[in-house]
Amino acid sequence: MSAVMISRKVTRKWEKLPGKNTFCCDGRVMMARQKGVFYLTLFLIVGTCALFFAFECPYLAVRLSAAIPVFAIVLFLFVMAMLLRTSFSDPGVLPRALPEEANFIEMEIEAANGSIQAGQRPPPRIRNVQINNQIVKLKYCYTCKIFRPPRASHCSICDNCVDRFDHHCPWVGNCVGKRNYRYFYLFTLSLSLLTIYIFTFDIVHVALRSMDSGFLNTLKETPGTVIEVLVCFFTLWSVVGLTGFHTYLISLNQTTNEDIKGSWSGKNRIQNPYSHKNIIKNCCEVLCGPTYPSVLDRRGLMSVEAPSSTSSPPTPDNAATKSNPATPNTKTTAPLIPNEHTPDEAKPGIGTPPQKTNGSIPKEGKPSSPRDASPKRSPAPIVVKESAH
Amino acid sequence: LWQTHSLQDLRQQAAIASKVFVQRDYTSGTICKFQTKFPSELETRIEKQQFEETVQTLNNLYAEAEKLGGKSYLEGCLACLTAYTIFLCMETHYEKVLKKIAKYIQEQNEKVYAPLGLLLTDPIERGLRVVEITIFEDRSIGSR
Repeated sequence: MSAVMISRKVTRKWEKLPGKNTFCCDGRVMMARQKGVFYLTLFLIVGTCALFFAFECPYLAVRLSAAIPVFAIVLFLFVMAMLLRTSFSDPGVLPRALPEEANFIEMEIEAANGSIQAGQRPPPRIRNVQINNQIVKLKYCYTCKIFRPPRASHCSICDNCVDRFDHHCPWVGNCVGKRNYRYFYLFTLSLSLLTIYIFTFDIVHVALRSMDSGFLNTLKETPGTVIEVLVCFFTLWSVVGLTGFHTYLISLNQTTNEDIKGSWSGKNRIQNPYSHKNIIKNCCEVLCGPTYPSVLDRRGLMSVEAPSSTSSPPTPDNAATKSNPATPNTKTTAPLIPNEHTPDEAKPGIGTPPQKTNGSIPKEGKPSSPRDASPKRSPAPIVVKESAH
Repeated sequence: LWQTHSLQDLRQQAAIASKVFVQRDYTSGTICKFQTKFPSELETRIEKQQFEETVQTLNNLYAEAEKLGGKSYLEGCLACLTAYTIFLCMETHYEKVLKKIAKYIQEQNEKVYAPLGLLLTDPIERGLRVVEITIFEDRSIGSR
């Protein structure tokens, strides 16, 4: 074995990962850069539940049953667990191609295209694949330098290709993709239940208390109830609607991204090749399917110095030092192609049409709103012409 | 002579001639499966059948990891009931199979590929996108 380097500072791979994610707890937690709305979500949930436990529960536990606060606690913990799981986990980010792989693909593309006359635009980079008797087009991602797998999409907010990309949710502060979709769904479902639960028992509480002390007195005694009812009322419409929408998507084995783009709808379009044509099977696959591992090795160690170019043996990573795999600033020999998110998106030609995939759908969106072209709510740093990749 | 070379020696002594990337096969959907098409760069180094056998075994292992069936549903439901906290102490089925795959690749490298001057990289290190095969310069004097 090569001599063990004793370095003061151990660099883990997450520190060098390209993309616009933020990492916490030494790489264990992975989120998007903008977390403000996530903190708002946390505040609303924790705050409302705190008010419920403070104002409603003492009264209802005595008057009706002690099971009411107990069930509320269980539900609240489940909601928080699902929210944190959705927010903190890797949604299914596909690592970018290393220079050699990118070159290999470039050579394949050039070989396939043949010679192009000067002045002519090269054809769009698309691979056709037949899945389940349907032709699916795989698009090339200029940022990640890979042909995206089917159902993957590039999120411009996080600047990553995500497998089975659903949407980027600012409320959870992360993308929703293959690895965390079920947690996201369970979060919206349990939050719907929690909201309905709190709302119902607020009404019950006010009704019961009003019988004893009168309506106005009740409101004076428990001002928290008013706040809770307001929050729950507005949350109900959006969250329950969202849960319904995602239930519909799951039963058809579709993603929000595909639904917005109308990939499988319309007469001239192909049918969804991933659906099992059976609602139960679709639900089982999405919700109870295997738990996919993260292919981003966030906590692996990186060697302090860059060794010579020989590759390291494929041993499990955490103990061994590895040569720096992700050199984000390496210029590949690939031709300079405009980033798909540059303002000159209107220009046809070079490469595939850019993806407006970051449907940053707010949770307030009712089921119909995702159908509108939601404008990019991402702040300015997104439209950055990157030349390094 | 080649059999006595360990992977370590290969890495230190040989220079990389080129790399071949075996791409994913999406014809069966989004499951993890690699193309068994024999790359032309390997024609002089390894037999087609051996290569296909390796890739096919890998495909079978990944299929086992991603299998939808009673066992995976049970694992999913149980995990859900514990709010997925059970995965803090328990390994998922997929992770167990990934370990099997890592072992298989190491074994294949030691027994088959290193003696031929090749090296397989575990696809998990490339985002499950490709099987990277490194071709080392052929420095053997009396090779076949």
